[in-house]
Amino acid sequence: MPRINSQEVREIAALARLRLEEAEITRLTHELDDILGYIETVKGVDTASVLPMTHAVPFDCPMRPDEPGQSLTLNEALQNAPRRRENMFEVPRIVPGTGGA
Amino acid sequence: MAPEVRGASLVALAEGVAAKKWKSRDLVEAYLDRIARLDKKIGSFLLVDGEGARRAADAIDKKIVAGEAVGQLGGVPIGLKDIYVTRGLETTAGSKILKGFIPPYESTASARLAAAGAIRLGKLNMDEFAMGSSNENSAFGPVHNPWDLERVPGGSSGGSAAAVAASLCAGTLGTDTGGSIRQPASLCGVVGVKPTYGRVSRYGVIAFASSLDHPGPFGRTVEDAAALLEVIAGHDPMDSTSIPQPAGRYRQASKAGLTGLRLGVPKEYFQSGMDPEVEAAVRKALDELGRAGATLVPVSLPHTQYAIATYYLICMAEASSNLARYDGVRYGHRTAEAGSLEELYAKTRGEGFGAEPKRRIVLGTYVLRAGYYEAYYGKALRVRRLIANDFAAAFAQCDVLVTPTSPTPAFKLGERAADPLQMYLADIYTVAPPLAGVPALSQCCGFTKSGLPIGLQTIGPTLGEETVFRLAGAYEARTQWHQRLPEDPS
Repeated sequence: MPRINSQEVREIAALARLRLEEAEITRLTHELDDILGYIETVKGVDTASVLPMTHAVPFDCPMRPDEPGQSLTLNEALQNAPRRRENMFEVPRIVPGTGGA
Repeated sequence: MAPEVRGASLVALAEGVAAKKWKSRDLVEAYLDRIARLDKKIGSFLLVDGEGARRAADAIDKKIVAGEAVGQLGGVPIGLKDIYVTRGLETTAGSKILKGFIPPYESTASARLAAAGAIRLGKLNMDEFAMGSSNENSAFGPVHNPWDLERVPGGSSGGSAAAVAASLCAGTLGTDTGGSIRQPASLCGVVGVKPTYGRVSRYGVIAFASSLDHPGPFGRTVEDAAALLEVIAGHDPMDSTSIPQPAGRYRQASKAGLTGLRLGVPKEYFQSGMDPEVEAAVRKALDELGRAGATLVPVSLPHTQYAIATYYLICMAEASSNLARYDGVRYGHRTAEAGSLEELYAKTRGEGFGAEPKRRIVLGTYVLRAGYYEAYYGKALRVRRLIANDFAAAFAQCDVLVTPTSPTPAFKLGERAADPLQMYLADIYTVAPPLAGVPALSQCCGFTKSGLPIGLQTIGPTLGEETVFRLAGAYEARTQWHQRLPEDPS
């Protein structure tokens, strides 16, 4: 039985905000099934008494004084925006209302 | 008067600049000329900043004339994998979604190279977002291996490895998440170093899998790589995972010899699946190291068989989360038409990402889903600890491990592109060190009958870079493999 079907791939892509063509979904379903089959080998390892390891080198989360410092200027922060309006990033309307794009 | 830069070592070039034997500008012109003549066939550079390099070189030359200090790498032309953000210079990470991105800031590693006097020639080709083992996943075309233009240079830092092999610059930086420095170093016959996790700052290095991303250098010689690492390593307050201890003396270590070192030979790295010519070359290297005064110790890393699955689970989960930032709002590609915010995100990402990032985003999202998280991602984090424990146990018996870097020499372009799982399985010898965070280096230890380089991997304990450099430097001093050069493409 396949581990994953095309409907699940469609749902996951929607969760990841990723539009896929039908041909991509078909190919991905096939490939993901293959890859999941392989990575399931880890399920055979006994890890009952093992703690998860999120980082290779243990470190204490360093703290710095909460003081204002130099940061990007407004223009630097906006210079790569594909759509800019005045001093803002422009996006399609999020809430209903009048005016604007 | 410029020296012959083909095959030149970075350290020798820097010494020549300091001794006024040649000018930095001459070196820049010599490399720019090689790039103009040869890189059409190799494809290692995505962007060449000739004007910026000439300006920086002239500034170094002026300082030399004035008797001012120019830094350890004063005047030496280098290249950066296009994953290092460079202020004012386009940075794409090999992706269409970042085409045209002009960073307003500079990565710590590239800033340190510049402060040490290195001259940035340009930005190097790579697999999209560092996802790949062949450089075929670049949105801007593949890189060709200088030893055989029909073969891949390895990946993801394929441009960085090929540029050093073809003498298109004196040294380069790459990044290694599951082997992306060491495997291309192996396939291109150069030296590549993945230091300890946190040894080199990740600030300004475009994120793929943050707990596994390791910036590091490529050099023609072990000492060249050591010289670059000495400059880029060290604490950086801009990276919260940066290690506080100062950088080691890697160049000195590379000349210290290996007398008394115990070399662990992990039996799991010498099993079926290895190309016979690779196995023969690596075993010959072990014999040579034994004759040089090292003691060989058989060791075991029993969880090796789970390393690839563990690695891909973790890197895909982290990638799916890191790549969420590409949404068409603040930088990069944005779809032409979108009626809603949701549609803007989905269309932008669908158009901007290539096949491999899409595969990893979907798989990463799948394994992080509610209900699946513990079975996949949680499990992988536990197995990761077992893999790290294996290394700790091995290093109780030996000082350094020696293994092959890649089970095969360079393969043909297109040969594995259709089967992603087969491509992942080729990372067998390189994925475990990043999971454990331990340092590792690849260097050339021979050639196949058809003239393709073979790589030897040295793995040290956490912050054991100096031991790794001792072994690699001693091996290089006793062999001539690193002196062999690919012919310039005609």
